[in-house]
Amino acid sequence: MISTAITDLYYGFGVALEPHNLMYCFLGVLVGNLVGVLPGMGPVATISILLPLTFGMQPVPAILMLSGVYYGAQYGGAICSILLNLPCHPPHAVTCLDGFPLTKQGKGGTALGITIIAAFVGASFGITEMIFLAPFLVKVALEFGPAEVCSLMLVGLLAGSTLAKGSPLKGIAMTVLGLLVGIVGSDIETGQPRFTFGITELFDGVEIIALALGMFGIAEFMNSINNTETVDMKYAKVGVSDMFPSKADLKLAFWPMIRGTLLGSLCALIPGTGPTIASFVSYATEKKISKTPERFGHGAIEGVACPEASTHSSVQGDFIPTMSLGIPGDTVMALLLGALIIHGIVPGPQLISQHADIFWGLIASFWIGNILLVILNVPMIGLWVKLLSIPYRYLYPSAMFFVCIGVYAASNDMFQVGETIFIGVIGYILLRLDFHPAPILLGFVLGPRFEENFRRSLLISRGDLMTFIDRPISAFFLFICVVLIAAQIYVWLRKPKILAEGKAIEAQVPTTPYSELAE
Amino acid sequence: MQEKFKLKRDYYAGALMLLIGVGAAVTGSGYKFGTLARMGPGFMPVMLGTVLAFLGILIAATALGPSEDDDKRFLPDNPQWFGWFCILAGPVLFIILGLYLGMIPAVFACVFVCALGDNTATYKSSLILAAGVTVFGVLLFHYLLNIPFPLLRGVNL
Repeated sequence: MISTAITDLYYGFGVALEPHNLMYCFLGVLVGNLVGVLPGMGPVATISILLPLTFGMQPVPAILMLSGVYYGAQYGGAICSILLNLPCHPPHAVTCLDGFPLTKQGKGGTALGITIIAAFVGASFGITEMIFLAPFLVKVALEFGPAEVCSLMLVGLLAGSTLAKGSPLKGIAMTVLGLLVGIVGSDIETGQPRFTFGITELFDGVEIIALALGMFGIAEFMNSINNTETVDMKYAKVGVSDMFPSKADLKLAFWPMIRGTLLGSLCALIPGTGPTIASFVSYATEKKISKTPERFGHGAIEGVACPEASTHSSVQGDFIPTMSLGIPGDTVMALLLGALIIHGIVPGPQLISQHADIFWGLIASFWIGNILLVILNVPMIGLWVKLLSIPYRYLYPSAMFFVCIGVYAASNDMFQVGETIFIGVIGYILLRLDFHPAPILLGFVLGPRFEENFRRSLLISRGDLMTFIDRPISAFFLFICVVLIAAQIYVWLRKPKILAEGKAIEAQVPTTPYSELAE
Repeated sequence: MQEKFKLKRDYYAGALMLLIGVGAAVTGSGYKFGTLARMGPGFMPVMLGTVLAFLGILIAATALGPSEDDDKRFLPDNPQWFGWFCILAGPVLFIILGLYLGMIPAVFACVFVCALGDNTATYKSSLILAAGVTVFGVLLFHYLLNIPFPLLRGVNL
């Protein structure tokens, strides 16, 4: 198995190193790093804007570029957290706790240096995990019938909605709303138009780009306008030479980095627990097992190394269920899955064998991309720091332009721009009511496939609902669903101590108006 | 008698979900429902609508009783009516001007109006920003990416 993996990987590097693909990978990580640094822009909005621009491209460079935005943004997000104490990107929120004190002590450069090393270690492990685990998962998944696929999707949907931030009930409600939005359009089997209200443009369904940019673009800007603090650049002065950590710092950060990496890769495997949860869990663990927990929060280098490593390993591991099973773990993955579908690639276990170039090319590009990011971040740190000071009043109007033209370019139809405005208003109302919009996208992307498999499995069983329990694998997935719901009820009734600790850490993190959603 | 019925945001939230759920279920019941073995197009909408309505009731119900979060206002502390208006007016202008005049006026107006929404923005700063974005946008989208969107309708540039 190892030898085939190495041959496949070799092939992957061949794909990823083609000049054309390499260029788009570079472009992806560059843009990702950029939006990661800019407060108020998230990878979801960025990927949605770039998506229509990839329509004319081959699928391989398109996917490499869009993925690059996601992990590139993680490198940039840390800069914002450490130097400005602004948790613009939720996975890096916890890094503020120790990163910013370090900056105040004049050790911001060291913190950034450690972050980059931790990021690279974490990412490398996540990628290795993907190389060995994904083909194995595929072997299992190829045995799945529609009933199993259906139950598995249910696990994904439930986990994605209950484990996310905020109230789990509201999360589930958002997932169901997403499934309903996914129904809009012509029914696959009978052609009956559903929820179209006689609007011809809706017969093909709601445009994923309009949904994503409405929810994560317009709604987000409405939430942040005149609501952002002026950025304090007092401490944000870092030179390249400050970035090389001393031996003592490295020694201090070594084990936390490894522990963070392992925790992050574990979180990646559980559907619905993305990088944000991984970073919080690993910070709490590190603080707990540390001999000097009182140093945390006052500039402990471990408090930077551990969550950063776990974020990055979880980000790369996130791709595993998406690429091997076709079940996305979070919003960004849902969007990437949507991108695959738009490019005519059917997600699911057959992806690796049918589109080996995409799968192995993507894995190889992760490594290339991460190396590029290290190169981008070390010598150019001064430039990224300068970008931090771009005020929001220039950012959001420019972003609105990209939103409008991106949605228009998706189908050359002004109707879609109107659709985006409408979704944006709804999205803002939902935001004000404390609904987290991330699960909508998850439900939307999985909805049509969920319905198709649900119908098919009941057709095969002649309407017998027991088919979902009689089949052992499907029963196992349903059991996980029951456990997930039971755990939520338990938490709601008892409010256990661990959660209280988690909340305490969350409460310490400085809040910013933007970016609840930039996940 | 302090036991007065207090409005909370979660009631609005639950009510909204109930409304959407019932709406979806009622609309969905207009399509063929079918049987479990042969589901019609109406099956999923009715089922999901019912679930959503049920969730709406649960959301409102769990908010009953005293809670630490007493925030009953729907609007934020300082509502930004002008800002919201500008953000929404930008894309609306983009649609109208884009349909009748072309890409240059559409982009310019969109960015200009959106930029005015910020409290610290001036006409001058917004004009400069809009001009800059327009030049950049035209170069990128028209000349580099060739999207089919005439720069100025009726004028051959």
